[in-house]
Amino acid sequence: MEGLKVSDANLVVFLHPSKSNRVSKAVLHELSSHLFQFSEIFDGVLLAYDVDIVDRNAKLLSGIHPYIGVRLKAKLLLFSPKPNMLIEGNVVKLTPESIHVIVLGFASAVIIDEDVREEFEYRTKHGKEVYRSKAHRRHVIEVGTMVRFLVKSLDREILHICGSLEPSNTGSIHWLDQNFGSGTKRERENEMKMQEHAVVGGEEISLGNDQSKKSKKRRLREES
Amino acid sequence: MSNNLSAPDPAELSSSVGSGSNNMGVELANERAQFLEMEEVNFTDNELVYHVRTALKSASSGDSESYDELIGVMHHRERLSPDEVAMLVTCLKALSGTVSCIDVVHHESLLSSIFGMSMWNYGPEVMDALVDLIISLAASSGKFVDSCLDMLIRNFVPPYSYLALLKQPRGLSRKDQVLSRVHSALESISHLVPLAPMRLLSLVIQRMPRQNDNETVMMTYVENMFKLESGSMGQLVGSTMLIAVVDRLLDLDLEIGWEDIVQDDSSKGIFEMELEDLEEDEEDLNDEGDELPGKHLSRNSLRGNVIAEKLDSLLVLTFEYLESCQGHGRLLEVFETLLHSFRITVLNAYKSKFAQFVMFYACALDPENCGVRFARMLVDIFVCHDHPPMTRMSAVAYLASYLSRGKFLSANYITTMLKRLVDWCLDYCNVQDGDVNPFAHRVFYAGCQAIMYVLCFRMTSIMSIPRLKSQLFLMPIETILKHKSDPLKVCLPSVVGEFLKQARAARLFTVTKTFIFDDILESELSRAFGGLERLDSFFPFDPCLLKKSDSFIRPNFIFWSMVKTTYDDDEDRDEDEEGSGDEDGEESVDGVGEDRRDRMATSFNEQDIDIEEFDYALNKMSITPKQSLMYKFGGGLEELVRMPSRIRPSTSPESL
Repeated sequence: MEGLKVSDANLVVFLHPSKSNRVSKAVLHELSSHLFQFSEIFDGVLLAYDVDIVDRNAKLLSGIHPYIGVRLKAKLLLFSPKPNMLIEGNVVKLTPESIHVIVLGFASAVIIDEDVREEFEYRTKHGKEVYRSKAHRRHVIEVGTMVRFLVKSLDREILHICGSLEPSNTGSIHWLDQNFGSGTKRERENEMKMQEHAVVGGEEISLGNDQSKKSKKRRLREES
Repeated sequence: MSNNLSAPDPAELSSSVGSGSNNMGVELANERAQFLEMEEVNFTDNELVYHVRTALKSASSGDSESYDELIGVMHHRERLSPDEVAMLVTCLKALSGTVSCIDVVHHESLLSSIFGMSMWNYGPEVMDALVDLIISLAASSGKFVDSCLDMLIRNFVPPYSYLALLKQPRGLSRKDQVLSRVHSALESISHLVPLAPMRLLSLVIQRMPRQNDNETVMMTYVENMFKLESGSMGQLVGSTMLIAVVDRLLDLDLEIGWEDIVQDDSSKGIFEMELEDLEEDEEDLNDEGDELPGKHLSRNSLRGNVIAEKLDSLLVLTFEYLESCQGHGRLLEVFETLLHSFRITVLNAYKSKFAQFVMFYACALDPENCGVRFARMLVDIFVCHDHPPMTRMSAVAYLASYLSRGKFLSANYITTMLKRLVDWCLDYCNVQDGDVNPFAHRVFYAGCQAIMYVLCFRMTSIMSIPRLKSQLFLMPIETILKHKSDPLKVCLPSVVGEFLKQARAARLFTVTKTFIFDDILESELSRAFGGLERLDSFFPFDPCLLKKSDSFIRPNFIFWSMVKTTYDDDEDRDEDEEGSGDEDGEESVDGVGEDRRDRMATSFNEQDIDIEEFDYALNKMSITPKQSLMYKFGGGLEELVRMPSRIRPSTSPESL
């Protein structure tokens, strides 16, 4: 999946003096407050971080309350989908007019019927809604399918993606991988393993495997 | 469009149309008869969607005829005829299918009419269609999410015109219909837009009714907040909801003017105080004076009355919610949030009056877990140097009042808590060597006063259990109280007086010099250690004066009149009736005596108990004079007139 990157960052986190007895906790708290928000500076949505405090000496910001600036070195997992990137998500709802997808468990995406290529048509099969390809009978998109789609635009505030299923390399990942393949089989396996171990905000999610994908939200829903 | 539309023939609906909109044909088929006059033009769902889509697109380019018709349909509100309902439902459903064409700028008027609709004005079919539309809108684009959530939140409460209807069964069933749909819509949206709960949180808090808003509106809104807390989004939004409710309780609490009503003149007898207030009320009813306390009590207390009623209702709502949480086994997790909220807000609030009873009730519901947890938190704060002195003093005041008043607390546990207080005080004594200094040793004095206060209530019950009695005797209380800093002189005289009386009777220890207090409530020294906030006379769990809440609290509460003191045998009987064959020597555990006073208290009806308790309370232990509050809130003139006659022993029926 495109759009995911790991960046190295040198950060300085300024803490209120009241937090000086528990610096690590305060630093983590501060960084956590930026999770799942789009940051102009990082140019992406912060999904996970791994920090090391570089210097035990902090610089002081002078003022009424001397804030403590702690220097950090961090590895940041960022998600920044740009137009024309291919990203993947889990289908949660199908209507005659749209396909609703959730990407990485937190970003909502919608593909409107005008952006779904002609070969797909909406059908109701045994009470279940599906988008079935007229060209390939086995290419089916239903609730729970992992789909790969093209990014048209991203709403940075609410992290809402507009997508498209126009290109022929988009659609159900399961079917696409079987019939097109992306590189050698080994490459594909490695990619899937890497995605499986992505740590998102402390929770592990597994990507690229439509059977066992359980996003944090889905797990919560199932538990409740 | 309105002229051409007619009920589509169900047979015409193709199977390719989504299952969701199949109902439309069936529904409208029922309305067929009404359309006979119009042209029999049949539209399928797809065609309707296409029609709306065209209307929207043409509106963008300037031709807004069909578009305006569409908006016109939205604005039908009151008493819709069945075909109007059908029309509205059709439009809403068609719009659901065309959300991708709705533009935030070009179709602003359409959007504002949609978002302005209140589900309370319509029947279930329209509600369903509207909810579907809102969900589709929210899922279609990030720009609509906030407005959709906002619209749903605004539907938490009915429009003002509907408020009166809420009390009727019709109104209640409508409420049920609306709220169930609103909450399931919120859940659907969060299912499609995972970050929606984050936005929902801030919007719900923003729109929360303020202290001055209508009571029904506030109660309904808070009901919804509780629903969110216990719903599927509970893990994400729940704790914020609870904290916001506690904040609102506190806001209401602080609106009630403590200073406006408290009479500082402690030399007056209670009845004189009340009768004076009564006269002042009548005089000042039409007065347009300023709002200084004392002179214009009536206006302030009347204003407080409305707020007090709101606080009362909100507290009761919270109590009921706690009960339901307990029913679902969730009380402990809810309690953790409440505890956190208490710690950061209520604990440090300037003399919170009733908001803290939320904690009391939660502890009463689950004494072993919540009850214990609460006391432990308070003790931990008290003994820890990291907290500012004010917080520590406040914590120990809460602890003392809680341990004394909680009927559900075992003597064993109280003794354990006492031991912790005593241990800390002893350590302090060993380290400190100073003289009487109310300010410097204020935390210590607060601790000593807490120990004495708890023992005033609980001495008998602790003494009645041999194991605990020996523990009590082993505690170095005498050492602490006879320390150079002289807590007996500095602490509140009424507490010290009562404690010494009981301690002597129990032979716990005696003091050589006599303390003559003459029933003074407070002294200069006690005021000094209490500071500006008067933490010396702060007993937060004194009887709750809000009528409805009190009915919840009462079964778990120890009133002073229920306490059997160690000197009971020799107690003078000037206020008890004579001739009762009751034995004085009746032993009872936990201080709930079977003595005359208690019997008298329990045989009255509810209203009279209030008066009885408060009378005793003021006379004996409860320092803060609250009788006047009681009369302003709950009582009428009748109690005032009756009360003096009740006190005269010969006329009270129980004496016969």
